[in-house]
Amino acid sequence: MEDIISKIKEAELVGRGGAGFPVYKKWELVKSFSGDKYIIANGAEGEPGVRKDEYILKNHSQEVISALELADKYLQAKEIFLYLNHKFKYLERKLKKQIRGNKKIKIIYKPKNAGYIAGEESALLSILENRHLEAGLRPPFPVESGYNSSPTLVNNVETLYNVSLVAKDQYQNDRFYTISGACFNPGVYKLKEDFSIKQVLELTKNLPAFDFFVQVGGDASGEVLNQKQINHEVSGCGAVTIYNLKKHEPIELLKFWVSFYVDNSCGKCTPCREGTYRLQQMLSAKKMNWDHFLEILDNLSYSSFCALGSSLPIPIKSYLKNINPDLSLT
Amino acid sequence: MKKKITLKINNKKVIAVAGQTILEVAKENNIFIPTLCHHPDLPVKGNCRICLVEIKGQKRLFTSCSTVVKQGMEVKTNSKKVKFSRNLNLELIFSEHVEKCPTCINNIDCQLLALAKRYKIKITEFPDRKNQRKTYKLGPAVEIDGSQCIDCQSCLQACELLSGISHLKLSGRGYRQEIKPVNKLKGKSAKEAGFACVYCGQCALHCPVGSAQEQSNFLEVEKILNNPKIKAVAQIAPAVRVSIGEEFGLKPGEVVTEKLFSALKLLGFEAVFDVNFGADITTLVEAQELVDRIKNKKPLPMMTSCCPAWVRYIEVYRPELIPLLTSSRSPQLHNAGLIKSYWQKLNQETGRQIKTVSIMPCTAKKYEAKRPELKVKGQNLIDEVLTTRELAYLLHKKGIDLKKLKPEKPDNLLSRHSGAAAIYGGSGGVMESALRTAKYYLSPKSKFKALEFKTVRGLQGIKEANFKIGAKTLKVAVVSGLKNAQKLLDQRKKYHYIEVMACPGGCIGGGGQPIPTNSEIREKRRQALYKIDATKKLRQAHKNNEALNMLKWLEDNNLSHKILHTKYFKRTK
Repeated sequence: MEDIISKIKEAELVGRGGAGFPVYKKWELVKSFSGDKYIIANGAEGEPGVRKDEYILKNHSQEVISALELADKYLQAKEIFLYLNHKFKYLERKLKKQIRGNKKIKIIYKPKNAGYIAGEESALLSILENRHLEAGLRPPFPVESGYNSSPTLVNNVETLYNVSLVAKDQYQNDRFYTISGACFNPGVYKLKEDFSIKQVLELTKNLPAFDFFVQVGGDASGEVLNQKQINHEVSGCGAVTIYNLKKHEPIELLKFWVSFYVDNSCGKCTPCREGTYRLQQMLSAKKMNWDHFLEILDNLSYSSFCALGSSLPIPIKSYLKNINPDLSLT
Repeated sequence: MKKKITLKINNKKVIAVAGQTILEVAKENNIFIPTLCHHPDLPVKGNCRICLVEIKGQKRLFTSCSTVVKQGMEVKTNSKKVKFSRNLNLELIFSEHVEKCPTCINNIDCQLLALAKRYKIKITEFPDRKNQRKTYKLGPAVEIDGSQCIDCQSCLQACELLSGISHLKLSGRGYRQEIKPVNKLKGKSAKEAGFACVYCGQCALHCPVGSAQEQSNFLEVEKILNNPKIKAVAQIAPAVRVSIGEEFGLKPGEVVTEKLFSALKLLGFEAVFDVNFGADITTLVEAQELVDRIKNKKPLPMMTSCCPAWVRYIEVYRPELIPLLTSSRSPQLHNAGLIKSYWQKLNQETGRQIKTVSIMPCTAKKYEAKRPELKVKGQNLIDEVLTTRELAYLLHKKGIDLKKLKPEKPDNLLSRHSGAAAIYGGSGGVMESALRTAKYYLSPKSKFKALEFKTVRGLQGIKEANFKIGAKTLKVAVVSGLKNAQKLLDQRKKYHYIEVMACPGGCIGGGGQPIPTNSEIREKRRQALYKIDATKKLRQAHKNNEALNMLKWLEDNNLSHKILHTKYFKRTK
């Protein structure tokens, strides 16, 4: 079984959840800790503007399940969870057919009202364990103490898909890109992983003829880049959202980002629970206090408990910097 | 031996042990780091983001409560960035907390207010957002005022991990989340659902901002004191004298019994009593019952009933075990029973009603005092109960500085008590007192002279011991912390006698005690109680002639059963 590990290592697979951690390392870490092992396929897909997990489960679920079985062979897991966004329930019959015979694999759905945070590695554990939904303290990381306080492998659905390709020697350094927004051909595309934003937009016939800007890595936490910056690689979870520069409404866009975080904050830590609420209030106030607004954003990146809180400043600050530098001076 | 680590905090080299958190190391080195959601009794949460520190080479800040030290780490506790985020988070927290400081019992102990003063926080930077939040009353004992809650979740942890009840639950998400008591079963058993509060007040004791608080009765007490037609008397519990000094700047464990008597007189109480007397009565009644149960093969183990939260736990969650509870009333009721019978007869003044106020380390005693079956001849024995904190608040309000007062004696009657009574305030105290006397009842001529049953002492949650008395080996268990009691109940059949106190360490860690309470403070209070016992000549309840005389008087007046015993009921609410 060391074979699969060396194959994954050779292919230089990294996690596709967004953080880019080397896959072989995660597998080895889980194995290195003692106790019952658990495996979780994360298909919570809570970030707006990202549709790849659904696409993979629709078109390549057999590969995802094969990869879970490979991981099981390697780790001898006690239980395996296919943790899915509740919107994917329509795939259940097919998935159940494919996992029949493997009694270890259970399908669990992210609760309807659980939101974005419920896809976060430590927060999804709170759902599986039937606890109040919130982000957990790390360390210890799930690889050491995850489900039932036991070593747990949490891999994104796309990561698992790649593992099964690697096992079959079919991995070709591709990844899935979700294109959406002001474009003609939105959808999920499989292309080389090192393509630039521009290449991806050109190849999918989505490069706008009008002035535009993009958000890369999801509509909630992605970085905002202007037209001159689209030679960058597509980072994070491979999503590109296109905005019409002239037609967009700046304050409405800020409100969209902030409201998403207000609604999806788990409530655990002060900077996120209170900070996002205050940002929302400020955006609706008659007079905007930009200094205060930016301070609360800085505080989120310095002191929020988990990556959810610290990612709100990414779209807002990059938007203010790359697209609309004058807005915060008003 | 654990590995030693060197690191720098604020440029000062310090030595730590591998595995320690930055907060622990800072504390050992007298470097102050502010905290709110952190409590040494509870697991680390990292919710409030106040204990932030900057670590060299890291862009974001770290919470010192949850970050473990590493070799060569360079930590700053007061850098520009730390100040920025800590102060902003404090402002944000204040926007959740509707300030009710002037009438808040907690204002002496409030950790949030102290931090606001220390860092000169503008507490109104943001408008309050919780004005419309509800207050949940938990029986007549405790309340959760949602408009003061800062979402730290310490009360939830206390309810789940210390009391094992999980009556408080977090509902909703994000800024809408709210701490709510459970009052529906939803197909679960009472135990699974955490259906009913037992009023232990550990939520209040662990709340840093007074959102969880006792239902205060100081206004009622002021009314009693201001009414010339009422003769107000007070009685103080064993565990209050070793803790209330803390609210006046004294060290934990300083015994202030006689200053307390004079403080109560200054407040306007006409007579002041010591519940220690009642505790001797309780010992006599309980030891008698234990001996009776053993000799006559009645249900065993016998379980103590001094702790009203524990009694309520049995009544609500384990009613099948009611026959195991001793029928003896608790010391506050024994004492008040004598005040309102014997003492009242001697001190009755025409046109003036006698009212008793109990000063207790406990929130559940407020509930116990109101249990209808404890009335005698239709009258409540105890009219009001104040916690240690409420009394301290009242004294501060009246400008009475406890530590500067001259000592005073209690009322002459009902005052002589044994050392065995003094230790009622600590876990194991009731057991030890009863054993001192039961031993005498079982084997009066025994040569075994030891008075001290040291194996039942101390702060551990569960203690076990065997004692040979005559030909008999008595197996006992002592439990503090209701969660531990739940574990022990499964093995109850091993024992003859079980003492349970709902709060960690017993009443010295009671839900009505000064804040902060932690294991170091509990230990100091505990030692003080045992010191009182050790310095007493009279150390056994059955040698307290005054107590024996009172039992005789009750019997002669046909009051024994009414005043000494009680009944328990299965409760569904």
